[in-house]
Amino acid sequence: MQTITTLQAVYNALDHVMDPEIPVLSVLELGMITDVKVDLEGVHVKMIPTFSACPAIDVIKENIASAVERELQMPAIVTVDKEVNWNSNRLTETAKEKLRNYGIAPPGKHEGEVNLDMLIKVSCPHCGSENTYLRSPFGSALCRALHFCKECGMMFEQFKPLS
Amino acid sequence: MQSEQALPELLIKMADDELIIGHRNSEWTGLGPVMEEDIAFSSMAQDKIGHAWALYRILQEHFNGSDPDQFAFMREAADFKCSQLAEMPITSYDFSLMRHFLFDHAETVRYQSFSQSSFTPLQQLAAKIKGELKYHTLHADAWILQLCAAGAESKGRMQQALDNCFQLAGGIFEQGEAEEVLIAEKIYPGEAALYQQWLNNISPVIEKAGLTLPQMTAPVYGGRKGQHTEHLQQLLNEMGEVFRLDPEATW
Repeated sequence: MQTITTLQAVYNALDHVMDPEIPVLSVLELGMITDVKVDLEGVHVKMIPTFSACPAIDVIKENIASAVERELQMPAIVTVDKEVNWNSNRLTETAKEKLRNYGIAPPGKHEGEVNLDMLIKVSCPHCGSENTYLRSPFGSALCRALHFCKECGMMFEQFKPLS
Repeated sequence: MQSEQALPELLIKMADDELIIGHRNSEWTGLGPVMEEDIAFSSMAQDKIGHAWALYRILQEHFNGSDPDQFAFMREAADFKCSQLAEMPITSYDFSLMRHFLFDHAETVRYQSFSQSSFTPLQQLAAKIKGELKYHTLHADAWILQLCAAGAESKGRMQQALDNCFQLAGGIFEQGEAEEVLIAEKIYPGEAALYQQWLNNISPVIEKAGLTLPQMTAPVYGGRKGQHTEHLQQLLNEMGEVFRLDPEATW
C-alpha cells in the first residue's frame, strides 16, 4: 500500500516537470518516462529524449530529480533508458491537444514508419486549414518542422512525426 | 573476441565523421542563403554532433575509452579517422549541399545496416538515429531536385558540385584493416556492401534531378588512416580553442 501511494506521488511530481522548450507539456505527456521504481536507495526514474541530440536533456534530468526530491523528500536517481527509443506515438492525446492550442501542429499517428504524407499534409493549428505546405523539415528545435498556411498566411511549426 | 580491436576502429571513424561534418555544418549558422537553410544546417549540425557524442560514449563505456569531450577536443589531426569529404571547408552552398546529400545517404545506409548488428549498443543507437536521418535525406533530396529544376546555371552548379564531391565521397567507404572480423561477427556488412547500397539509393535522386553520376575512378582514401588535408588541423584548432584553455573545466 505504502509503495503504491509513493509511486502515485512520483507520477504526480513528474506531471509537474515541464519540457523547457514546450512549457505546456509535462515529461509524462511527452512520453519521456519509461520506468519508475522506488527502493531503499530512493526513487529511480528512467527517461528518454525525444531526439537523440536534444540539448535540453541534462536540464530535464535535473528538473525531474529536483521535482521528485522536493515533492517526496526522497533522493532521486534519473537515468537515460537506452533500451527504449522515443517515437511520436508516445505523445498522449491530451498532449496533442495542448500542442495545438499552443500553436504547434501535433504529429499524426504512424504505423511504425513515417511517410512523406505525414509531413506534407498538416493542418494549420491557427485556422485549421489543410491548405499548407512544408517549408523546411527543420524548425526552431530539433523536434519541429516549419510549415506555411496558404489560407491564413501564417507560418507555423509542427512537432515532427518520428518512428 | 577479435572484434574487441576492430570495433573501436569502426566506432571512431564513424564518430569522427559525424563530429567533423557537424562542425562544418555549424559554420553555416548565420550565413545560410535563406533563413530556413541557416536553421536546417544548424539543426543538422546539432544532430551530427549528438551522434558523435553517443558513439564516443559507447567507446568510453564498452572499450575503456576516454571522456567524449577530451577525445573530441584534445586529439591532433593525425589521430582523427574522418573521411576527407567531412573536413573540407564549406566553400559555397552548392558544395555544402551536395556533400550533405552524399554524406547523409551514406550515413543512412550505415545505420540501417546496424539494425541487424550483433553489437547491441550500436543496434540500439541505430534504431534511434535512423528515424532522425530521414529528415536529413528528405531535406537534401528536396533541395537537390529543386535547384536542378531552377535553370541552366543552377543545374550546372549542382553538376559541378557533384563532380567535385563524388571521389571524396568514395572515401567514406575506405575499408578498415580488420573489417573481415566485423563482417564475420555480423557487426555490420562491410564497406563494399554499404557502398553498393548507397549507390542504389542516390542514383534515383540523381537521375530524377537530371544530373550525371560520375564514375568512381579515384576515391579519395587516407582519412581512415589519419591522412588529412591541411583543412582538418585548422578546423581542430578553432573547434578546440576554448576547450583547451582549461581542459579540466566542467561545462
